[in-house]
Amino acid sequence: MYTQALNTAETADRDLEDAGKAAQFQARIDAEERIEPNDWMPAAYRKTLTRQISQHAHSEIVGMLPEGNWITRAPTLRRKAALLAKVQDECGHGLYLYAAAETLGSSREELVDAMLAGKAKYSSIFNYPTLTWADIGTIGWLVDGAAIMNQIPLCRCSYGPYARAMIRVCKEESFHQRQGYEIMVTLCRGSEEQKAMAQDALNRWWWPVLMMFGPPDATSQHSDTSTKWKIKRFSNDELRQKFVDATVPQAQYLGLTIPDPGMIQDADGHWRYSEIDWTEFKQVLAGNGPCNRDRMAARRKAHEEGAWVREAAASYAAKRARRQTAQAAE
Amino acid sequence: MATPNTPLWEVFIRSRNGLAHKHVGSLHASDATMALQAARDIYTRRGEGLSIWVVPSSAITASDPAEKGMMFEPAESKIYRHPTFYEVPEEVGHM
Repeated sequence: MYTQALNTAETADRDLEDAGKAAQFQARIDAEERIEPNDWMPAAYRKTLTRQISQHAHSEIVGMLPEGNWITRAPTLRRKAALLAKVQDECGHGLYLYAAAETLGSSREELVDAMLAGKAKYSSIFNYPTLTWADIGTIGWLVDGAAIMNQIPLCRCSYGPYARAMIRVCKEESFHQRQGYEIMVTLCRGSEEQKAMAQDALNRWWWPVLMMFGPPDATSQHSDTSTKWKIKRFSNDELRQKFVDATVPQAQYLGLTIPDPGMIQDADGHWRYSEIDWTEFKQVLAGNGPCNRDRMAARRKAHEEGAWVREAAASYAAKRARRQTAQAAE
Repeated sequence: MATPNTPLWEVFIRSRNGLAHKHVGSLHASDATMALQAARDIYTRRGEGLSIWVVPSSAITASDPAEKGMMFEPAESKIYRHPTFYEVPEEVGHM
């Protein structure tokens, strides 16, 4: 999902760790206890979660870019206010998640610097462009819809700070999906051109959205450890299927066609989709998607151009602190 | 160049329903004024609170989770502190 680059598991370095503590830790997980920042945890658990939560945070922050692109061009004031609020929410989600990641021992600055240096990943989905207004509707409907599918089980993740951050995120995410679907309903009830624009956006976003759930279970080695540690509650393919089953009727209501001629509904009601082009997914993750360079350039520019604000705030705080110390000494 | 670290603050919010301030999360800010403003933007975008406290994280003293057995033992063994420990005849009714 937002952390789909995590295909390689952190192998637990059992030799170096206290086997008794590790067993006790697993027993707590099995008993559905929450692990808190100061509790003992295996180094691999800490490392996996730091990577997963920080990637999730980077995704929220980079995710502001494709949508921010349309704030000044939203068709009405109502749409503009809603989109602005949604993009602010994404920023807030990034900040909740960074705070959760920091409880594992990395500083905010280290996490942000790793992303800016290209060492940490973010979700592949944000490397696709938003070409028309219909893309904003489609992102809310499908990208946020897929994110909700993935994030609801994360509310029960074994790591307390992550689970609590996800509860806040999920409460806010529902507005995002509804505002997106409302845009789609409006376009589909509009002129022929508007409906064609909606169909075009669905055509371009459908497959990248399915890729958001990560590689198929057969090739994802990462899942085993994460499942054992109750970081992950459902497999990539299970969540993807759930999403497809929920989305097909929504597309039918809009009168839009899912761009998968091979899709069929099987006897137990599930919509079976065709083979996903995993080469495209790997290319985008490797940095060769349509917007990877733009996204990184925009993040670096924002960070560099904000440097003077951080410096000014820090030097003002230092000056005030000096003054207070001097006054106290008088 | 690595970005210099900005201090960490813990955020507490009192909601509308008259409850006490409750911990909601943390944030980074260079001073208390900026921490309050950031707390408003990050944690009260939907009218979640009527009052915000921000506290430097470094000012918090916490109990050690590894010692929780010893720390909370005095309360574990005193079931007579709970009302259900006492028997009141049924005829007396609700008490």
